[in-house]
Amino acid sequence: MQEVTTEKKEFTPNIVAFCCNWCSYAGADLAGSSRLTYPANVKIIRVPCSCRVNPMFVLKAFQQGADGVILCGCHPGDCHYVTGNYYTRRRMALLFSFLNYMGIEKERTRVEWVSAAEGARFSAVMNDFVKTVTELGENKRLTDLRVKEGE
Amino acid sequence: MQRIGVFICWCGSNIAATVDVQKVAEVMKSEPGVVYSADYQYMCSENGQQLIKQAIKEHNLTGIVVGSCSPRMHEATFRKTAEAAGLNPYMVEIANIREHCSWIHKDMDEATEKAIILVRTAIAKVKLNAPLMAGESPVVKRALVIGGGIAGIQAALDIADAGFEVDIVEKNATIGGRMAQLDKTFPTLDCSACILTPKMVDCAQHEKIDILSYSEVEEVKGFVGNFSVKIRRKARYVDETKCTGCKICMEKCPSKKGLNSFNMDLNTRPAIHIPFAQAIPNVAVIDPEQCIKLKTGKCGICQKFCGAGAIDYEQKDTFIEREYGAIVVATGYKPINLDAFNEYGYNDNKDVITSLELERLMNAAGPTNGVLLRPSDGEHPKVITFIQCVGSRDSSGCGKPYCSKICCMYTAKHAMLIREKYPDTEVHVFYIDVRTPGKNYDEFYRRAVEQYGVDYIKGMVGKVYNENGKLMVQGSNLIDNEQITIESDLVVLAAAIEPEPSVRKVATLLTASIDTNNFLTESHAKLRPVESPTAGVYLAGVCQGPKDIPETVSQASACAAKVIGLLAKDKLKTNPCVAIPDESMCNGCSQCANVCAYGAITYENKEFRLGGGKTEIRRVACVNPAVCQGCGACTVTCPSGAMDLKGFSSKQIMSEVEAICKK
Ligand SMILES: Cc1cc2nc3c(=O)[nH]c(=O)nc-3n(C[C@H](O)[C@H](O)[C@H](O)COP(=O)(O)OP(=O)(O)OC[C@H]3O[C@@H](n4cnc5c(N)ncnc54)[C@H](O)[C@@H]3O)c2cc1C
Ligand code: SF4
Ligand code: SF4
Repeated sequence: MQEVTTEKKEFTPNIVAFCCNWCSYAGADLAGSSRLTYPANVKIIRVPCSCRVNPMFVLKAFQQGADGVILCGCHPGDCHYVTGNYYTRRRMALLFSFLNYMGIEKERTRVEWVSAAEGARFSAVMNDFVKTVTELGENKRLTDLRVKEGE
Repeated sequence: MQRIGVFICWCGSNIAATVDVQKVAEVMKSEPGVVYSADYQYMCSENGQQLIKQAIKEHNLTGIVVGSCSPRMHEATFRKTAEAAGLNPYMVEIANIREHCSWIHKDMDEATEKAIILVRTAIAKVKLNAPLMAGESPVVKRALVIGGGIAGIQAALDIADAGFEVDIVEKNATIGGRMAQLDKTFPTLDCSACILTPKMVDCAQHEKIDILSYSEVEEVKGFVGNFSVKIRRKARYVDETKCTGCKICMEKCPSKKGLNSFNMDLNTRPAIHIPFAQAIPNVAVIDPEQCIKLKTGKCGICQKFCGAGAIDYEQKDTFIEREYGAIVVATGYKPINLDAFNEYGYNDNKDVITSLELERLMNAAGPTNGVLLRPSDGEHPKVITFIQCVGSRDSSGCGKPYCSKICCMYTAKHAMLIREKYPDTEVHVFYIDVRTPGKNYDEFYRRAVEQYGVDYIKGMVGKVYNENGKLMVQGSNLIDNEQITIESDLVVLAAAIEPEPSVRKVATLLTASIDTNNFLTESHAKLRPVESPTAGVYLAGVCQGPKDIPETVSQASACAAKVIGLLAKDKLKTNPCVAIPDESMCNGCSQCANVCAYGAITYENKEFRLGGGKTEIRRVACVNPAVCQGCGACTVTCPSGAMDLKGFSSKQIMSEVEAICKK
């Protein structure tokens, strides 16, 4: 017998997190080994440096139905590749304001610096970001409608 | 046709307790391209790796995904496994379902669902992987040690004894570090100088060791095996090759009022000086802030008296550039500034001192020739109160959140030495906890209490104030549950220690990670404790975390073993995940070279066929794979989309994004 549920399934945003290999991916590992929880809807893609993230990847994520995109890198001055995160900072500032203009609220996009020793910070950042995006609700802008059809 | 194999690890119960590993493996069987999927208790074990090898051979796998712990843990292991089975090691992707999944999620359904997505994402990526070949780069067989404390000294000696050249860059005029300032050392109470100075001399005499004192690292280029380092040799105004260390200049110098930092500013020294009797190198240095000649042009007395003609007021900073295969950071520590701890009256009372100042007051070569006298009036103190944990384990923001680790032991040492030498002295110690783990350490502390009658009071001190020339130490005694005030002649603060501030600059130059307390971060807290995450950079001594001499020396020797292991190699495998330009799309605009921090990109004129028998010559980007570090900055900068990164190609990352977002 199938039960008919009328209540709407609680909205859980889908979040793509790009983490640099040297600082924030390691910070996420530390959050894990310290058992510092954050919601399961955050999924991490490992990149060598935050500067490897092409604006195209962010656009692709929104097109494919992501509700939020976050980039994490080493703190300014501590980039494993010396200057990579400065490029990230400038590139993303530009991209995010452009996205905001297109209707993807700026709260859905973020750049954060998390070092390899900051497991607690990684978890806090993710919890906070998920909370913010959950409050904003589903992202409809830029989404390829075919992606979310099945829901 | 792609033939992908998927291997899901239980990691005992680490993954299996929150992720339904069997379900994940089952679901993957029906993923397009996957021809084999299995789960196993420990994939990294001998048997687990055997299972992978067998599957690669039996099923002719073209790529594999291991769903396990972080790639930072076992990516290298599984790459080797694949290689042993004849698969290119770069046809391996890891789905991190432990650190990024089972360990942070509690709900089994939720974690399993996430694990499935993470494994799918890795499958999507591995399908686009291409076999890569690691290149080779030569190893410069010379090591650099930054910091000449006991950590740097030990590391240098061990590396040099193995037959490799070592340079020690020390910012002070002499090597020795903090240990040179100590009087006796726990847990055996042998004299610090007696065990340190022979090692300093060994360094000076070792044919493989070059001590660059009064020098600092200015610039670091290159990478593991091939660092190129620019070193500033600060002007000491004394020719190092001529000075004989006779000290006549110190005697004759009329400007004698400079604070003696080696003695923790407890007395003064001449503008030209040798920091202490056993300094290495035993060469004078002029403090330009204090030297009359350098400030006003008049004086020049030392030059007149120097029989060796070593004084050179015109000397300027010079720079040298050297190549190294490996770098050891051993920059040590300093006690914290106590301005934020007004309650102890350190800045207001001369007789409130730090433990390091006490070391100098008890040292035979110190300002009082080892006789313990109060700084204010030179009297013998009769009642001495020690206060532990000043600024340590303090999360109020004034101090440091961590335990400085060495203070419990050195305070027990101080208390014992004082009671031994001056049995009529009353010694009190305020403590929060006494932490003395370590071989013969707790016994040491208990001797202070039981044999030497030191009065240990569990409780915090509220304030120290001066009343009629006496220092009143007001605190709580938590055992008897009462407020007490101890009238004291001398108060000694066990000030927290922090990394030497210049470590920040060093960390930035080396792109070595640093934590929120400015301690350098090790690559793995348990398994790679002496390696920085930056390849070829190693960490020794207090710069990595508070530790005493025995621990510092062990860590330094461990560093040396790692360095020797590296320098013993003639060639290193280089990272094949480097940038690659698509020459047909590149228009030679030079944008990529502008963002490359390593200068890996150059341009060449190449001939291209246009069809119809025509050719054209165009300027295109070329990446030197031995120099490229694989950051990917150029890939995003390229306006024509001509640059890509092997192993992290745009297509691969796009496919990962897609896999994550797919509902
Ligand atoms: C009061 C007190 C008492 C102690 N008593 C004991 C004891 O009894 N037994 C014991 O085991 N331990 C004791 N210790 C601990 C001991 O001092 C340390 O464990 C030890 O000195 C650490 O050595 P290190 O080489 O790591 O650091 P350091 O001794 O600090 O040496 C670091 C060196 O690096 C140099 N340096 C710093 N930055 C740079 C730079 N940017 N470029 C070039 N050079 C640089 C510094 O000038 C210094 O010479 C005591 C500590 C204190 C504070
Ligand atoms: S990826 Fe590009 S920018 Fe980065 S080091 Fe290599 S060539 Fe330079
Ligand atoms: S940025 Fe792109 S187009 Fe310009 S030179 Fe570099 S690879 Fe060629």
